[in-house]
Amino acid sequence: MESNIENMPKKNIFSAQIDVAKFEKATEEEKRQQDVMSESTTFFKDGMKRLMKNPLAVGSMIFLILIVLVILIAPKVVPYSYSQINTVNGVRDKGAKNMKPFEYSELEQKYMAEGGKVFPHIMGTDEQCRDYFIRVVYGTRVSLSIGLVASVMVLIIGLLYGSISGYFGGRVDLVMMRIVDIIYSLPDLLMVILLSVVLGATITPLIEGTSLAKIGTNLIALFIVYALLYWVGMARLVRGQILTIKSNDYVLAARATGAKSGRIIRKHIIPNCISVIFISTALQVPSAIFTESYLSFLGLGVSAPMPSLGSLANYAREGLVSYPYKLIFPAVVIILIVLSFNLLGDGLRDAFDPKLKK
Amino acid sequence: MYRYIIKRVLLAILTVFIVSAITFFGMNAIPGGPFNKEKAPSAEVQAVLEARYNLDKPVPEQFAIYLKNLMKGDMGVSLKTGREISTVIGESFPISARLGGFAVLIATITGLILGSIAALKRNGIADRIIIFFTTLATAAPSFVLATLLLYVFCIKLGWTPVWSPDEPHYLLPVIALSLYPMAYITRLTKTSMLDALGQDYVRTAKAKGVANHKVIFKHALRNAVIPVITYVGPMTAYTLTGSLVIENIFTIGGLGSKFVSSITNRDYTMIMGTTIFLAAIMVTMNLLTDIVYKIVDPRIKLD
Repeated sequence: MESNIENMPKKNIFSAQIDVAKFEKATEEEKRQQDVMSESTTFFKDGMKRLMKNPLAVGSMIFLILIVLVILIAPKVVPYSYSQINTVNGVRDKGAKNMKPFEYSELEQKYMAEGGKVFPHIMGTDEQCRDYFIRVVYGTRVSLSIGLVASVMVLIIGLLYGSISGYFGGRVDLVMMRIVDIIYSLPDLLMVILLSVVLGATITPLIEGTSLAKIGTNLIALFIVYALLYWVGMARLVRGQILTIKSNDYVLAARATGAKSGRIIRKHIIPNCISVIFISTALQVPSAIFTESYLSFLGLGVSAPMPSLGSLANYAREGLVSYPYKLIFPAVVIILIVLSFNLLGDGLRDAFDPKLKK
Repeated sequence: MYRYIIKRVLLAILTVFIVSAITFFGMNAIPGGPFNKEKAPSAEVQAVLEARYNLDKPVPEQFAIYLKNLMKGDMGVSLKTGREISTVIGESFPISARLGGFAVLIATITGLILGSIAALKRNGIADRIIIFFTTLATAAPSFVLATLLLYVFCIKLGWTPVWSPDEPHYLLPVIALSLYPMAYITRLTKTSMLDALGQDYVRTAKAKGVANHKVIFKHALRNAVIPVITYVGPMTAYTLTGSLVIENIFTIGGLGSKFVSSITNRDYTMIMGTTIFLAAIMVTMNLLTDIVYKIVDPRIKLD
């Protein structure tokens, strides 16, 4: 055997001319070393496992799910409307003004004495005899949907703009990033206030009669402002991510072994930047809720009678001395929602950012 | 360096120009002029008024006139009160600046101290308490904090009187204004301090036998301050120009509340004046931050 190989013509000196006799059989113990000790896992599963070990992030997630359940179910259970005055047995109840939590008006007490059932006012009523709990529930609905819609808008615009800029590079990138620089340096809160005043006044006649009118001009103005101004941060992030990942050695290696652009984008660029982009979107939600509540607080947010958490807090200022709980309820909800999103975002970052892996 | 500064100054001027253009054309797009009151003046009076304020000319021409006057430092007069815009800004800006200045100072100093403590006593009781409260403070909108402070300390406990122009009491508004940046700076300092403490030069200094406080102040804190500077610059601009909401709640007649009231009054010239002034301050602060950043940390490459 041995001489056979020696005698073989060495046509291709780099080809492996393996001499089997020179190898030893592996022992049982050595074979066991090759056993896979842990289950193979995907990037997503691995991240989720680490996320689940973070009690703060899990708690925030549970709280947010609870909030969503409450704002979906409560309007079906509570027999009051956010815009209508309280009614008892079909009669408008003008005595149900500014009641404390779980207080009943005279009319309601009479009705209950007669054997009727009255749903308790969990958070009392406001100065227009409306159930405050349902207003807070609708306010949370409005604020949360604003946060989500605005974040998704920022995500889509920023992702498109940033990836085009990062992908093409060169002169296109230069021009696109100059535009971003200018928008980035605009004082954002000033612009938001100005634009929502201007847009609020100009789009009213445009949308009159359409289904958009129901949403309210201020809200549409807020969304347009978000679409115009707030995507720049996301665009910068996406572009930066793409540029760094593109210049990494593993991308070069993949390209050298003949991977096509599609594969590189699918296997290398997207998995490496998706977590950062996703987390930044999650952190965009509280910032949108903040912005909306500021605008509502200055009287530029959602139009009455639709409540948002910010506008509820704003109305509560007038009767602050007598009815402080009217500020406390929406304020606590805002704080808890923003806190949960922040903690969840931090948790996601710790769990999914490949650079933080130990 | 000089090329960079020139480039940034040009960008800053362009930004202020764009802000004023957006504001000017935006204001003019709003239906209903400043003279459309319930008791409308007669057509002749209206024509005279419009001619006086150049409102009868086409909008681009009005903008050109405005810019020309602005170069001379003339921001025009308020359409509502007839007062010089520059006088109004000159009166209200010092109030906002004093308020914001105190707030920035308190936020930065406390933030740096708390952040360093949290980093040095990592996972200790002090760290946990500091991080708990700062996390909470970053989740609370400033108007909620301000209203609660006002309610508890002014109305319920009566410890401080309500703000009046003659007897300004800065304590509560300053606290309300500084809580969020303080919490943010604390967290920022903690992260960068931990990062700095893990660096080789800190280990080398310790190995050489440098006293502990010297290691902390000379080696760790100096490097940990750099990211804080990038935040403090723009934050100063925002707080100096007056938080719109805080001034509104404490009824402080600063620049922020002037801006809000000019918007509700549709006082075009006042809106233009305050916006350009605020934008110019913010852009300048951003510019200064980037330059200071470069001086403090020579490793940073500009461009």
